[in-house]
Amino acid sequence: MIERIIIAGFGGQGIMFLGKFIAWAAMRENKFVSFMPAYGAEVRGGTSHCAIVISDKEIASVAFDAIDTLIAMNSPSLAKFVHRLRSGCELFINGSMIDNAPKIRGAKVHTFKFTEIASELGNARTANMVALGAYLASKNLLSLKNILKLLPEAFKNNKKLQALNEQAIKAGMNLIK
Amino acid sequence: MKRIFGRTKSLRPLDTHYCSGCGHGVVHRLLAEAIDELNIRGITIGVTPVGCAVVAYDYWDFDCVESAHGRGLAVATAIKRLQPEKVVFTYQGDGDLAAIGTAETIHAANRGENLTVVFINNAVYGMTGGQMAPTTLIGQKSATSPLGRNEKTEGYPLRISELLAQLQGVYSVERTAVDSVYGILKTKNAIKTAFQNQMENKGFSLVEVLSACPTYWDMSAFESLDWIKNKMSKVFPLGRIK
Amino acid sequence: MNREQRTEDRGEKVLLSGNEAVAKSAIDAGCRFYAGYPITPQNELIGYMAKNMASSGGIFIQSESELSAINMVFGASASGVRAMTSSSSPGISLMQEGISYIAGAELPAVIVNIMRAGPGLGNIWPAQSDYFQAVKSGGHGDYHCIVLAPSSVQEAYALTFEAFVLADKYRIPVIILGDAMLGQMMEPLSVHSQEFIVHSKKLRTKSWAATGCKDRKPNVVKSFYLNLGDLEKFNLKLQRKYKNIQQKEQRYEELNINDARIILVAYGTMARLAKQAMVSLREKGLKVGLIRPINLWPFPQKIFQRLAISDKRLAFLVIEMSYGQMLEDVKLAVNGQQRVEFLGRSGGGIPTEEEIIKSSLSLLSS
Repeated sequence: MIERIIIAGFGGQGIMFLGKFIAWAAMRENKFVSFMPAYGAEVRGGTSHCAIVISDKEIASVAFDAIDTLIAMNSPSLAKFVHRLRSGCELFINGSMIDNAPKIRGAKVHTFKFTEIASELGNARTANMVALGAYLASKNLLSLKNILKLLPEAFKNNKKLQALNEQAIKAGMNLIK
Repeated sequence: MKRIFGRTKSLRPLDTHYCSGCGHGVVHRLLAEAIDELNIRGITIGVTPVGCAVVAYDYWDFDCVESAHGRGLAVATAIKRLQPEKVVFTYQGDGDLAAIGTAETIHAANRGENLTVVFINNAVYGMTGGQMAPTTLIGQKSATSPLGRNEKTEGYPLRISELLAQLQGVYSVERTAVDSVYGILKTKNAIKTAFQNQMENKGFSLVEVLSACPTYWDMSAFESLDWIKNKMSKVFPLGRIK
Repeated sequence: MNREQRTEDRGEKVLLSGNEAVAKSAIDAGCRFYAGYPITPQNELIGYMAKNMASSGGIFIQSESELSAINMVFGASASGVRAMTSSSSPGISLMQEGISYIAGAELPAVIVNIMRAGPGLGNIWPAQSDYFQAVKSGGHGDYHCIVLAPSSVQEAYALTFEAFVLADKYRIPVIILGDAMLGQMMEPLSVHSQEFIVHSKKLRTKSWAATGCKDRKPNVVKSFYLNLGDLEKFNLKLQRKYKNIQQKEQRYEELNINDARIILVAYGTMARLAKQAMVSLREKGLKVGLIRPINLWPFPQKIFQRLAISDKRLAFLVIEMSYGQMLEDVKLAVNGQQRVEFLGRSGGGIPTEEEIIKSSLSLLSS
């Protein structure tokens, strides 16, 4: 098993947080995992992305070309990575900010209005966690139980934020039928 | 019989390698006397430069660290930060402190490092054979300004002490000259005060000493003392700057 | 997500970048002085130090330049304290003068180079183009630094810790040589549990340090030998030390070399890709092995010398993110007795697994 994920969006959408969160969850499940952030000049101009590799074997390269999973939170980031999508990949597209999902043969494309769903729950900034929920439900690689265990640590003792994020994840999971 | 003078403990009983009429030997001794009078020999760490005074640690009898050319105040910064209870000074020439080490000098001063700096200004590079220094006077001949320093091409003598005095982090700046008995006594007092400032945690204190280099000024020892008085101290006025 | 402290105390794994792992390891190893100047791709390291050095009882200084940083490290080490600086390629070039002085004054120090691609300003992508500078000693004078090249976050932590031990043991500058990938990537890391963490106050005091001459003869920390003959004597002493280190400190990892016809040679993160290629080739039934030098100086010559004189015909394929630097050391060790070939890219390009496989296959068929 090897899963190569790109998460991309604009600054403030919690891209790095989500990437680290997934990597952290994978680590807790004793999987091999790496997290590579965009750095230097790449983070200028408002867009942000990171690359995660999860595997049951030692990870040779933390950088990769072909993407297994893309979580795209806005249009420019989808445009940036669309050429690295191959047959068999899975896309999670934030329909609140992306009008046209790409057509890729053999790809599984999920388009949901992550930002709007998050807004309705009370905070648009949890759109990343709604996307996470959809990812968890569709890929079934990481367990919800473990993910929920991380929330108190991630949000320290802020019970309100913990609850909000848990709601967002669950709302995301419900999107996948 | 009452003992009124003895050997300076912090100075080894050695002949120096300095030329006759050179100010380094005098200032070495003044520093050592100040250290002994303050009874701080056991807690003093000197940082020596690259320049004529590179082997000052051979003459001083206390702990010393030799720094790369111009980097004395970076080296001293670390020593003092890690050993705040010690007394740390740098001894630097004009090329070391005001040319190659300008950045280290300005930034250590601006950070307000609690250090004592003894800055020997003899308006020339002695160690390397009498080349132009940042403090060389207009018209002064040197190995690299054979027709005399021309301000149009070589700029002006750099008054780095005045420049440093502008910085908020600097506690005191004083300029003296070892050109007379009076000047020598003044210099010793200034050095002693600069050490005391450090011991009282007052911050960055610098003493600039105008010092003769008869060899590369191409003068006799006496002429060079007159030159400090009549020429050099007109460009670098003596006294408390800050 | 600043939850590292809490998970550590429970002895669990933490998720850290290579840069942070190096910084954390330094503090765990008793490093109590850090000076540095910002440069990508190692900014997380200086950031970690800024955040954590003071609370560990140490000194952090953001210096005005790398020149100043390395000379602050000189002063700190002369004070008898474990000290470190870090930078990336252009900044390390500026430090070369200071590294030479540190070597000349026989001071222990740790210098981290998270390499970017060059020459000049180059770019911030992963590269291994500073091998020569680190291994052949980039400053003036006939000196050496121990050079360690981690290939994972875990190893970055382990080798940084080791670097401080080696620096003190031999009174020598030790360079941690990593690339942007190592610096930037986050991986799970098992840190030392509390009992292994070095408390700087418990480290043996250094009798040669400049700490004030109360109750002893004055110490002088210097690299200047004015009288003819003195410097040569000192240099010969240094050379004896280097020879001793060359005998004792040859670290490497070897995989599948006994039956191998081709041995891939790579260090740092490049070795991970080489290893992946080796696994793929083995799956095809091809006899491919790997040597991963961990010390770059002293270079692990012995293993290459042993293989070089074996009866069977072998080929070494050296793979680097440069245009052939470690290649020279492999060739020196193999001494013409076996075939040595090269695959390298730089400027941000990384030899891919496919390229390594292709080169290996063409070597096997020729």
